Amino acid sequence: MESKVSENIRINAANIAHKELNSMVKQAVMRGVKRIELFNVHGQRYIGTDIFEPVEITIEGTPGNDLGAFMNGQRLLVYGNAQDGSGNTMNGGEIIIHGHAGDITGLAVRGGQILVRDDVGYRAGIHMKEYKEKKPVFIVGGTAQDFAGEYMAGGVMVLLGLNLEPGSKHNSRYIGTGMHGGIIYIRGDFEDYQLGKEVGVAELDEADIKQLSGLVNIYTGHFGGDATSILNGKFKKLYPRSLRPYGRLYAY
Amino acid sequence: MKDLARVNNPYNEGKVIDACSIFGVMDTSGKRFDGSKITTAIGNMHLRGNGLGGGLAAYGIYPEYEDCYAFHIMFLSSKGRQETEAFLKDHFYVVYAEEIPVRQLPEIINPPVVWRYFLRVGAEKSSEENETDFVVDKVMTINTRLSDSYVFSSGKNMGVFKGVGYPETISRYFRLEEYEGYLWTAHGRFPTNTHAWWGGAHPFSILDWTVVHNGEISSYGINSRYLEQFGYNCTMQTDTEVIAYGVDLLVRRHGLPVETAARVFAPPFWDDIERSPGGRKELFMALRQVYSSMMLNGPFTIIIAHEGEMIGLTDRVRLRPLIVGVRGSELYLSSEEASIRLICPDLEASWIPMGGEPIIARLGEKPVVKKKSVCPGGVMKSA
Repeated sequence: MESKVSENIRINAANIAHKELNSMVKQAVMRGVKRIELFNVHGQRYIGTDIFEPVEITIEGTPGNDLGAFMNGQRLLVYGNAQDGSGNTMNGGEIIIHGHAGDITGLAVRGGQILVRDDVGYRAGIHMKEYKEKKPVFIVGGTAQDFAGEYMAGGVMVLLGLNLEPGSKHNSRYIGTGMHGGIIYIRGDFEDYQLGKEVGVAELDEADIKQLSGLVNIYTGHFGGDATSILNGKFKKLYPRSLRPYGRLYAY
Repeated sequence: MKDLARVNNPYNEGKVIDACSIFGVMDTSGKRFDGSKITTAIGNMHLRGNGLGGGLAAYGIYPEYEDCYAFHIMFLSSKGRQETEAFLKDHFYVVYAEEIPVRQLPEIINPPVVWRYFLRVGAEKSSEENETDFVVDKVMTINTRLSDSYVFSSGKNMGVFKGVGYPETISRYFRLEEYEGYLWTAHGRFPTNTHAWWGGAHPFSILDWTVVHNGEISSYGINSRYLEQFGYNCTMQTDTEVIAYGVDLLVRRHGLPVETAARVFAPPFWDDIERSPGGRKELFMALRQVYSSMMLNGPFTIIIAHEGEMIGLTDRVRLRPLIVGVRGSELYLSSEEASIRLICPDLEASWIPMGGEPIIARLGEKPVVKKKSVCPGGVMKSA
């Protein structure tokens, strides 16, 4: 008689080092487990890395740096805040963070979706990129600290500014510095000096509104809120003024 | 500068590329607690260091000698101890002296002998001389002129404990669970540019100032030459030392508020200064002009502490992490949020401050919550 593998397991991460925890997860996935719940997570790194099945991992606690690094098609749900480097060079899948996320969240992301309910730290989405059908999406419910979208080369980033006090502006400076691809949709006020030199500002056209509407609905689908009233806010589109800003820097 | 070539590094300088870890906790009500909590917190960031340096600072630990300067001195030879003890007796009243009790551990290899001396300033000090300047001068004399002796802690009612090892090991070695303080800071080291030795571990200290640091001070040369003009000699061979002397110069001797000193270390960019309202523009310009040699260049996150105050600060573009947590009268600063939540599961709020923005906890002042985090966070029940 064939033994049936349990579809779900729960793992207590208390006092377990990151290598051990990640190998427990990997072994469970290799046994055929589809949903893994980790609880008491306290800073273990690289959760979601090195897994080749489309599983869902729920994380209660504070996952460590490089959450979902190089991930390819898994789904991570974080009930807590994330630290630095979540989604590092992720190729596909979803990271959904019910809290805030630290610096360099979504660095060099190549595909998939990152959703952060609240704020993100410095250099969010630094060097995100896209290629053909691989087009990463990074949605932030709150605001970002400096250098959001730095060296951005592709994909879509959304800053919803939902937690900004009425009358206050986004705090981020150097938004999109070095940007040469992709799009940032930003809701709420900012000054021109907060943008990198390579960034252009435009109103949204119909195609933008259609795309944005889908993204906001994804956000509210996870975190709640009224998509229509969010979409009624004041949005601007930030785009790269050149796809090759420094092509002639070293050429005479 | 003394020759440290014979101070062996038992770990053979093995580099595992990572980052430093820093942690600070203060109960602004003044309630004292033992060193086990912060040891758990810094130990949770084990991966960030590589065992080539660890240390802690604690405030409020010597109430029975609160009027005395508590010197912690490491001796690399018994000749050094004889010379230094003779020097101390010449310049101070030695109220009490003892070897700092330690727990022998296999991980701690070839430690120096570490003593503490509770000192009152002697009659030798002239009446016009400032007492604290007198103490700083004597610390510098021991560190630069006397054999094999390094004063690494010299404040009142506080102490630094540090060495080569992981911070949680150093804490066990010095039995810090037996001490109670209202403010603790800790550091796990990944040495970037200099070799590992006991004096080169963090915290760095002068009088009751201590500094723990993650990053790299590329302006070390210009900072240390500037500080030499004021009688500070850098002897510990680690860049962070300039921050401890710098804050002593700016705040204690020049009387700047710590908020202003933070703007010296991490000044706003010129275009931000241009946009600053009111008198702030003039202030920031004056600070950049007067104290340009005390500006810290390079990536850093630091936790500075002294009696009754703890300050967290990062460089202007925040190239190293810092997160703040608050529960009631307690304020936490850490490289990683998980460490805060591990020892404080019912944290009220946590947020990531902006680069160059000082976060200050003061004795008797309830910490101000900048941003409310409604997130459940990393609750960990004891397993």
